[in-house]
Amino acid sequence: MAKEFETVIGLEVHAELKTESKIFCSCSTAFGSEPNTQVCPFCAGFPGALPVLNEKVLELAIRTGIALNCEIPEYCKFDRKNYFYPDLPAAYQISQFDQPICKNGYLEIDVDGKEKRIRINRAHMEEDAGKLVHQGDITTTPFSLVDLNRCGIGLLEIVSEPDMRSAREARAYLEKLRSILLFAGVSDCKMQEGSLRCDANVSVRPTGQKELGTRSEIKNLNSFRALERAIEYEARRHIEAIEDGEELVQETRTWDEEKQLTRSMRSKEEAHDYRYFPDPDLPPLKISREWIEEIRSQMPELPDAARERLVETYGLPHYDAAILTTTPDYLEYFDRVIRLYPDAKLVSNWMMGELNKYLNQTNREISDCLIKAENLAEMLQLIDAGTISGKMAKSVFEEMFNSGKTAPEVVREKGLVQISDEKALSDIIESIINDNPKVVEDYCNGKGKAFGFLVGQVMKATRGQANPAVVNKLLKEKLD
Amino acid sequence: MDLYKFTIHELQDKLQAGEISSEDIVKSLFSRIADMEDKVQAFITLCEAAALKSARGIDGEGQYGGIKGIPYGLKDLFCTRGIKTTCASRMLENFVPSYESTASCRLNEKGGILLGKLNLDEFAMGSSTEQSAFFPSRNPWDWERVPGGSSGGSAAAVAAGEIPYALASDTGGSIRQPASYCGIVGLKPTYGRVSRWGVAAFASSLDQVGILSRDVRDCALILEIIAGKDPLDSTSADIEVPNYSAFLDGEVKGMRIAYPREYFRQGVAESTRAAVMKALHKFEELGAIVEEVSLPHSEYALPAYYIVAPAEASTNLARFDGVRYGLRDSEADNVADMFSSSRAQGFGPEVKRRIMLGTYALSSGYYDAYYLKALKVRRLIAQDFEKVFRDFDLIVSPTTPTTAFKLGEQIDDTLTLYLNDALTVPVNMAGLPGISIPCGLDNDALPVGMQLISWAFDEATLFKAAYAFEQNTDYHRLTPVSGGGING
Repeated sequence: MAKEFETVIGLEVHAELKTESKIFCSCSTAFGSEPNTQVCPFCAGFPGALPVLNEKVLELAIRTGIALNCEIPEYCKFDRKNYFYPDLPAAYQISQFDQPICKNGYLEIDVDGKEKRIRINRAHMEEDAGKLVHQGDITTTPFSLVDLNRCGIGLLEIVSEPDMRSAREARAYLEKLRSILLFAGVSDCKMQEGSLRCDANVSVRPTGQKELGTRSEIKNLNSFRALERAIEYEARRHIEAIEDGEELVQETRTWDEEKQLTRSMRSKEEAHDYRYFPDPDLPPLKISREWIEEIRSQMPELPDAARERLVETYGLPHYDAAILTTTPDYLEYFDRVIRLYPDAKLVSNWMMGELNKYLNQTNREISDCLIKAENLAEMLQLIDAGTISGKMAKSVFEEMFNSGKTAPEVVREKGLVQISDEKALSDIIESIINDNPKVVEDYCNGKGKAFGFLVGQVMKATRGQANPAVVNKLLKEKLD
Repeated sequence: MDLYKFTIHELQDKLQAGEISSEDIVKSLFSRIADMEDKVQAFITLCEAAALKSARGIDGEGQYGGIKGIPYGLKDLFCTRGIKTTCASRMLENFVPSYESTASCRLNEKGGILLGKLNLDEFAMGSSTEQSAFFPSRNPWDWERVPGGSSGGSAAAVAAGEIPYALASDTGGSIRQPASYCGIVGLKPTYGRVSRWGVAAFASSLDQVGILSRDVRDCALILEIIAGKDPLDSTSADIEVPNYSAFLDGEVKGMRIAYPREYFRQGVAESTRAAVMKALHKFEELGAIVEEVSLPHSEYALPAYYIVAPAEASTNLARFDGVRYGLRDSEADNVADMFSSSRAQGFGPEVKRRIMLGTYALSSGYYDAYYLKALKVRRLIAQDFEKVFRDFDLIVSPTTPTTAFKLGEQIDDTLTLYLNDALTVPVNMAGLPGISIPCGLDNDALPVGMQLISWAFDEATLFKAAYAFEQNTDYHRLTPVSGGGING
């Protein structure tokens, strides 16, 4: 019988810190500028140029440490990580080796209603490298161009313990971490722009075995889906290798999104000796306890607390609350709608249903959504007032989403006002009854479906504008 | 008028008295340079047109004072905006920075006029300027001899009267040793006293910007200008800069002076020892209290230095990879070959030696045994000094074990060459200030330098004692017999 295997996963996440200027110089961090327009002698690695720490980076790192339940030691320092590469101007990256700013934290994930704590080993500050632009493939390009705009942007590398046991747990961890970083206001976490990057360490072992198996580090995971697929692929590859009696080697692999597989980049033997040592240009940092407490007292609401608030204040199901607290923008939207329209479950349904559907279809963020929170509340009020039906509201919503018009505007332009006038409806119902004698007979013989058909015919005749409650009432009166 | 003979303060007096103009000084110095330079070979780059233009501008304003209107030279590892900065390396032979070092910037703001960039051992690694990729400079006291290093070009130019003063850097003795060999004043301030911004780094935890000048008063004047916190250098100290000139009162009465026995022992030439002992007697005569002390870990300073400095150098010099500036082998087939081939062509043998030493010392498996151990030794050395300074104001020793050696004499004997720095290196390891002043001549009529060391950020005591010694002796007025010196 085939052995059972367990997958063991740890993630290393790089989050770009949300600061105006770079970590060790005053160059701008703006995304998408002309190449090499945001560089200075320091971040381009010129002789004699020296680093000066941006205090904002330190503050954001501490904020992250608090949000991830980390210890923040009194002292930390910067080290040089030495290696040659054209995108690394000084040929060393300023990072933190043995004394990181944050250590020993955790976050909670929820998979299939099961809560699990994932420990965080450390989070440390470092500078980003530049970007190489090749003509075509890296192996055949006749030359490469170097863009140093990104070089020197402050990063936080957050390293988890190998506490995850499935691709879904890994995804849940990354999603939760992203939420926390967004709520804490430390990073934009845009995976497409590279402001949130993830490497996965994956190994498998027979269930019950204590020792970890040989691990691969997988790079180039640019989306949640890539993370999940790559872990699943890699775990399968390891299990097959073990079952076939092949030896696995510790190596770094890259995820090929097109072919949906991982490929070897370098083995452990080819790994760099980074020759870490304390950077003599940056004195060790003493982090005052008062400062940490000051930052703690100003911490914004974090996802777990927000979720509890939604459950307790509005009686929302945990599932709804978790989705509404994915990003601070999403939660803020909910909070603003609810102020004007207090039926939380209904608001939640609309957000998780129609709103999400169209956001996903159009690949839009809620912050760019044309339906503002106030507009959604107004639309819901129109339903309550009987101006439009719930069914009509869906098409009104779609129009609002696409055009940015308010609900009353859409209703007016399309002539979509609900018909509740009994006299007007009465005539229509009479003619429907006269046109469908067979169905009326079915109804009289007790066939429930027949009634619904007749209602449908009335709605059709009124282009959906008839008030369903009034139609029901009148139809019953006439038939009975 | 032979204006090259004068110090900064003497020139300033003449400017303010209206006897001369800044243009006169610049012209006089360039004519001196024209006379001397094929022997001294101090300059890598001269800035004659720009210097004359600056001088005329200042003369036009007609206001003088301080260093205004007075020329200076820079060791060619200070970055100068729009002016070639080579570090005496093929790697940077054509490198023109777009930025200016903080120290030279402060001089320029006060009206200092840059005459040119001065020779050094490549990237400040060496003790004779024989490691310059371009040419060796020579000692004005004896053309057959080295001026010392790494700031040998700067010291030789000052001693030869080509410039009144120069800024240089000192990592293990690179200012004090050439000052001693050339019979002038050389100050390495406390680590953190002067900004390192814009000065190509050799070993960042040891490098310090300092001054080569003809007398102590000039040296104090320049330190006042260049010292102080720089927001661009995180290791520069936010400690008030005293008015150093106010300490030049000639008084050492009651000053407690220690001389460490380890600094007078083996390897120190008898004539050097005798000259410094005589100087100590002079201090005693002047009312100072002089006592022998011990700095027991001194002998470990040099080996520890040759771990720490190359380790830092190996990563500081890694940026010279041919990608963005500097020498590039464009024939290389791929990027890895371009890196190694550009570096192989760009660096000289001593630089390569230290990069390899440092890379080895930081490698995994050796880090603890070498680098960490060296840091521990460094702490012990600092503690030795700390103990002595509980009871003393000043430590006095020879600056170097011997006087200037001959060109070619030590070039193949790296270890002997390294020993030149044995008495200056501990001061860098402890981050303390040290000054070398002339205190006599040896049997070959070569200048002997005396090193004064004080507690951190107490340069005032150095100046006070050095000035008192200068006022009561004539050594700083001695001139090279070779005909190369100031009054030659």
